[in-house]
Amino acid sequence: MSTFFKLLFRNRLAAMGAVVLSVILILVLITPLLPLQNPDITATADRFQKPFADGHLLGTDHLGRDLLSRLLHGTRLSLAVGISAALIAATIGSAIGIIAGYFGGRTDNIIMRGVDMLMAFPYILLALAIVAALGPGLMNALIAVAAVNVPFFARNIRGITVGLAGREFIDAARLAGMGHTRIILTELLPNVLPVIIIAMSTTIGWMILETAGLSFLGLGSQPPQADLGSMLGEARSAMISHPHTSVVPGIMIFLIVMSINLLGDGIRDALDPRLRSGALSRPRATTLVERTGDVPEATDDLLAIQDLETQFHVNKRIYRAVGGVSLSVKPGECLGVIGESGSGKSVTALSVMGLVASPPGVITAGAVRFRGEDLIDAPYESLRQKRGDRVAYIFQDPLSTLHPLYRVGQQLAEAIQSHHKISKAEARERAIQLLEDVRIPNAESRVDNFPHEMSGGMRQRVGIAMALANEPNVIIADEPTTALDVTVQAQILSLLDDLRRDRGLAIVFITHDFGVVAQLCDRVAVVYAGRVVEEGPTGAVLDAPAHPYTKRLIACVPELGGGRRMLSAIPGLPPVVDDLPPGCAFAPRCDKAQEKCRHIDISLAGTGDRSVRCLYPEELV
Amino acid sequence: MPALKVDNISKTFPLKRSLFGPALPGVRAVQPVSFEIATGETLGLVGESGCGKSTLARMLVGLLEPTEGMIEIEGRALDNANPAEFGKLIQYVFQDPQSSLNPRKTIRQVMEAPLKLLHDMSKPDRSKRVSEIFESVNLREEFLDRYPHEFSGGQAQRIGIARALAANPRIMILDEPVSALDVSVQAQVLNLLAELKAKFSLTYLFITHDLAVVEAVSDRIIVLYFGSVVEVGRAEKIFGNPRHPYTKLLAESAPVVGRPLTAPEQKETELPDPLDPPPGCPFAGRCPRSTDLCRVEEPLLKPMGEDQLAACHHPLEA
Repeated sequence: MSTFFKLLFRNRLAAMGAVVLSVILILVLITPLLPLQNPDITATADRFQKPFADGHLLGTDHLGRDLLSRLLHGTRLSLAVGISAALIAATIGSAIGIIAGYFGGRTDNIIMRGVDMLMAFPYILLALAIVAALGPGLMNALIAVAAVNVPFFARNIRGITVGLAGREFIDAARLAGMGHTRIILTELLPNVLPVIIIAMSTTIGWMILETAGLSFLGLGSQPPQADLGSMLGEARSAMISHPHTSVVPGIMIFLIVMSINLLGDGIRDALDPRLRSGALSRPRATTLVERTGDVPEATDDLLAIQDLETQFHVNKRIYRAVGGVSLSVKPGECLGVIGESGSGKSVTALSVMGLVASPPGVITAGAVRFRGEDLIDAPYESLRQKRGDRVAYIFQDPLSTLHPLYRVGQQLAEAIQSHHKISKAEARERAIQLLEDVRIPNAESRVDNFPHEMSGGMRQRVGIAMALANEPNVIIADEPTTALDVTVQAQILSLLDDLRRDRGLAIVFITHDFGVVAQLCDRVAVVYAGRVVEEGPTGAVLDAPAHPYTKRLIACVPELGGGRRMLSAIPGLPPVVDDLPPGCAFAPRCDKAQEKCRHIDISLAGTGDRSVRCLYPEELV
Repeated sequence: MPALKVDNISKTFPLKRSLFGPALPGVRAVQPVSFEIATGETLGLVGESGCGKSTLARMLVGLLEPTEGMIEIEGRALDNANPAEFGKLIQYVFQDPQSSLNPRKTIRQVMEAPLKLLHDMSKPDRSKRVSEIFESVNLREEFLDRYPHEFSGGQAQRIGIARALAANPRIMILDEPVSALDVSVQAQVLNLLAELKAKFSLTYLFITHDLAVVEAVSDRIIVLYFGSVVEVGRAEKIFGNPRHPYTKLLAESAPVVGRPLTAPEQKETELPDPLDPPPGCPFAGRCPRSTDLCRVEEPLLKPMGEDQLAACHHPLEA
């Protein structure tokens, strides 16, 4: 709750709205206690007094009634009606929305078509029709304004509920014996409440305007009762001769609606989880670089990651996602990077082309060199030219990396045309060729498919074709087969293997699966808590792991053909990277750890092509 | 008496009827399936995405009403989809532990719901029972007053298991309980499940796509393809000695350390379309042994040697 207010008041405009609105609210709440004249007593002799006249601070209207008194009483009434209408509309609309969204099917269809019909009428016409049927009066205006706004709430809340009703915790609640009413009240309602509040805060100003509109037309409050709309309506005839009578209520309406809208926008921004997580803060085109210390010297590798450190700065916390990683690949080589979730393997991969979102990502040390050229401090244009052209990526979920509204052929063509000036027809030709290269049957016809028309395996082939589009030198594949079935995975892996042999591609293959690494990769690097703990030729590392973590992780993986058994597990959890222990990050979970392991910063050491970051390795390397 | 008996249960999802023209026949997610689980047994259910594993599991706990067929738990027939009735006998552990916990409820509220609603327990009884269960899944009691987002995947899955245990069921349906977890945590959860089974004498149906995991935890295994059972057999034998070509393909596709990379099947093959199922055996299009017979007549599940069954016209040699 306190974070909510902090977020809300960081928004200056919202804070201003809140102040103005609170002043108005306090004023109208104490109105009956203030020494004001009776707002309804007429004194025709004193009509149209100017503001600051004797005894009438804001002057008088066409019947000599005190404007200040009428204004405060009128505002009180307008606010009460507007807020009640919003509450009624929100309650009824949300109830309809939750019921339609939760039950779905026919119930949903009938309710929502009814709501659609209500929405098909222009709202002011509908409100007029309701008032005409019920007769003029403030109460009826309230009913009309509420009714007109019910569909807005119903539609909004239904959308949210449909998403929630499919979630597993609703199924779990049903299995715990909850009935429909209980599920709606205790499981769904707490989760949709923020959305109801957001919707209310943004519509309440609108509803006050609508009520004022009806009163202005003479359908709301009846004389002599004052509300803001009727005050404006009565002042209309004297607008030219005595403008102050219409300016006074006009300014009040302006202040109320403006402050409510500013505050409402602030509430929405503070409550909406998407906005809170920074979806609106547009990330920079490349990751922010704040390097201190020396930049490592160039090597003759095709791609070399050197002592790379990437951090996430969230509020005051610093997450050291990558804490000094060095990796390299040569042409035609496949390097496996293996680690658990949160080990920093994906962030390392994204740092190569400056694709880590900034904010919050910052590269704080090290270098990434492509053919000796440092990519970290390269100007944006040079980096953009290499992205996808020299170094290409394949991601885990092709459904989220392909654009759902474009045909795959168009997307492939776009990838080619952003690096090469070729005609549309040529690009299409090339796209078909690429689809054939990744062995998609009937490439000629599949090129015009949308991503959703393809199976998971076919989509990942398109993802690979996209990576191959500009004949890159390096492909970084981030768990490309994790979302696929085993039979499809086998096909994709053998395709990648053929491609690198035929074209001399270097592949950095990121995964958590030892089986996949064993089959595809020449060398493997094991990462834990943002650092490489062991590196070497795949066969050697898997047969005789040197780091206790590697050894125990391999032991955790059940192997087919082992029969029924207890599995060995690693106790504890991987450390959180904003609070890494000093010394070896694995020490708290390691049964070989000594006192020394918890204090000394251990370096990666070894001979030849094998190295390990451990004081007491399982094997000497 | 088997703990769970499923008799010819099937599920067809209706398609949206077009405004004009005849009603479409619907998608058959699960073909008529029959099996039994003996008390205290762990039955593994393996299949790839879209084969109907989860639909079948949801029918078994009453979250979905079967189109046809019967479910019997310890001799009692449960033929209406009523999760509250099922809940006392059979519980479900979900794949994604985070999404199966209401983000706005404390763990205690989540844990107490089944005790209150299914077993009418009083408040002191409930809190005693919750503490007991929490201890048996190796979680600290102080976690009870926290919210789901404060837990890691492995902890959240333990909470999911504890929630299922709270209802005091006879059978647990474990729907991919470890596939969202890291390898090092996966083993912890699998071992915990084995412990709990012995302690509370439970019966498990373990659903997964990971052959190595299912082999390590199950007594018997059912292989599902395209909504039908293609093979049933003892866990230790079925992947080493498959009779159905699909089981063999699965076993050969799993990446194994020390086996060279080979694509075990033609690179162009695609799965059958559930909207337009092929006649005969659904695997015929991908099968190296298929003949004309396979494309016409659907094979039935037949005994093949000792406690192994396969649905194939041309089974592999033993």
